[in-house]
Amino acid sequence: MRTVPNLPENQVTDPAVYLRRREFLRTSAAAGAALAAGLPALAACGSENPGEARADAPEPKSPPRALAPVTPAPARFRAEDPLTPEKDAKSYNNFYEMGTDKDDPARNAHRLRTEPWSVSLTGEIAKPGVIALEDLLRPHPLEERIYRLRCVEAWSMVIPWVGVPLGDVIRRLNPGSKARYVAFETLLDPEQLPGQKRRVLDWPYREGLRMDEAMHPLTILAVGMYGQSLPGQNGAPLRLVVPWKYGFKSIKSIVGIRLQAEEPVTAWNQSAPGEYGFYANVNPEVSHPRWSQARERRIGDWRKRPTLPFNGYGEQVAALYAGMDLRRNF
Amino acid sequence: MKLGSRPVRLAVAAGGLIPLAWGLFDLATDGLGAEPVEEITHRTGSWALRMLVLSLSITPLRKALRAPGLAPHRRTFGLLAFLYASLHFTTYLALDLDFRLGGLAEDIRERPFITVGFTAWVLLIPLALTSTRASIRRLGKRWQGLHRAVYPAAILVAIHFVWSAKADWLEPGIYAGVLAVLLGVRGVERFGQKRSNYATIRRARSPDETDAQGAGGKDQEAGPQAVPTANPDPKGKTP
Repeated sequence: MRTVPNLPENQVTDPAVYLRRREFLRTSAAAGAALAAGLPALAACGSENPGEARADAPEPKSPPRALAPVTPAPARFRAEDPLTPEKDAKSYNNFYEMGTDKDDPARNAHRLRTEPWSVSLTGEIAKPGVIALEDLLRPHPLEERIYRLRCVEAWSMVIPWVGVPLGDVIRRLNPGSKARYVAFETLLDPEQLPGQKRRVLDWPYREGLRMDEAMHPLTILAVGMYGQSLPGQNGAPLRLVVPWKYGFKSIKSIVGIRLQAEEPVTAWNQSAPGEYGFYANVNPEVSHPRWSQARERRIGDWRKRPTLPFNGYGEQVAALYAGMDLRRNF
Repeated sequence: MKLGSRPVRLAVAAGGLIPLAWGLFDLATDGLGAEPVEEITHRTGSWALRMLVLSLSITPLRKALRAPGLAPHRRTFGLLAFLYASLHFTTYLALDLDFRLGGLAEDIRERPFITVGFTAWVLLIPLALTSTRASIRRLGKRWQGLHRAVYPAAILVAIHFVWSAKADWLEPGIYAGVLAVLLGVRGVERFGQKRSNYATIRRARSPDETDAQGAGGKDQEAGPQAVPTANPDPKGKTP
């Protein structure tokens, strides 16, 4: 890991800048094959998924590849619900950096270049610095997790993710005693993420978790879904998945992880504090000011079904919020 | 062929039904994407608003272009707006609420975005019901007053659209802007008319030209722009 002095995140070099630097170094040093070899977990087998190909979309800068080996999800991390069809999970997306309509992200994802990719690790950890994604992941075996995903807009999916427990990654960073929260940041680059040309949100997208939420075994950093690396529209190459919270907490295309003492500013909370809280736990009892959260439509269904507290993960996570007023801390 | 003639009116009505036919085709061929209910809701809502905007554009256009033949299309677009608004509401009632009237009451009571949208639709019901020529004749002067309800309905629809957006207000903003212009034109005109009415010695029974007037046969030809001299072929008028 390359280390840099312990600086506040806003003084660290803009990720887009060092990404371009790395790109230059890489392209001058190695051809594509050597590049793929840098990430052993991502075996370059090419996409075997003709159903996903969009005839009108240009070739993605970083096409998805099959992931192997992946440990299958153990029962406690495997939702019983039938999986959402892959083409739906990859064509119906909220990723405002790629456009605000549901089909915009799949259309714009080809602009995103995910290789090489680096993540800046800052704040209350032993060695702050910038690390290549493959180096960040190398120590951690890839695991499958089948989770329900409940969007704050009252629709839901069931997705087989591939990733690593965030807690394992954080433990390796040796967080200090002042680390009480984890803050995440999405890539800021309007050329690759054209939705950022309009100030729909205060870019870059930011999210955060309390330390105990981040360390919870359900919380993962995902690099793939349906056995393949993440497509751009689903947050390639690295995203968060927190299945008991509304989908907007699961930040996409992460370039910054910071451990800190204060509760992080988060994008939707900043945009509409009365509508999107920091916790954003799935809660059928607490309505969004403009719509009910009591029911949800599972993608593929015509009718709605009841929403479960903590998206059905209450047994595993309710204890994290013991004694908290979840109406106030929505 | 004259703008207001029967074949043109039928063609416009048929054109207004193309989005519906298109939607039904997509529904039958699985072309509505991963979340068809949301897609149906968005499409019907958008088309209701577009038809309402078209309906409200007719009178200013008719005056600007001195084209009295445009007048009957105002009713066509108004009824199309009501059709799409009703499909929009029915989709929500059937597929979001499972026809639970308690759920509807809760939404109307607690969610302003639903309250204004529902109110707009309710305001349009009597307008649609009294769009026949017989109603225009029967209601006489009162018909105009009743049909001015289209203005508050349009404003509520614009608010409904803006409030339905999460963070991207570009599209609803554009529609709200267009509606503001269409309503603004009328405000300015009314103001101007009042002033000129005061300035001149009252002209003989100036026909109070408003938009709400005359969606049907004869009435639409009334008003300053449509006096027979302005119409080269009075016989072409549809009674």
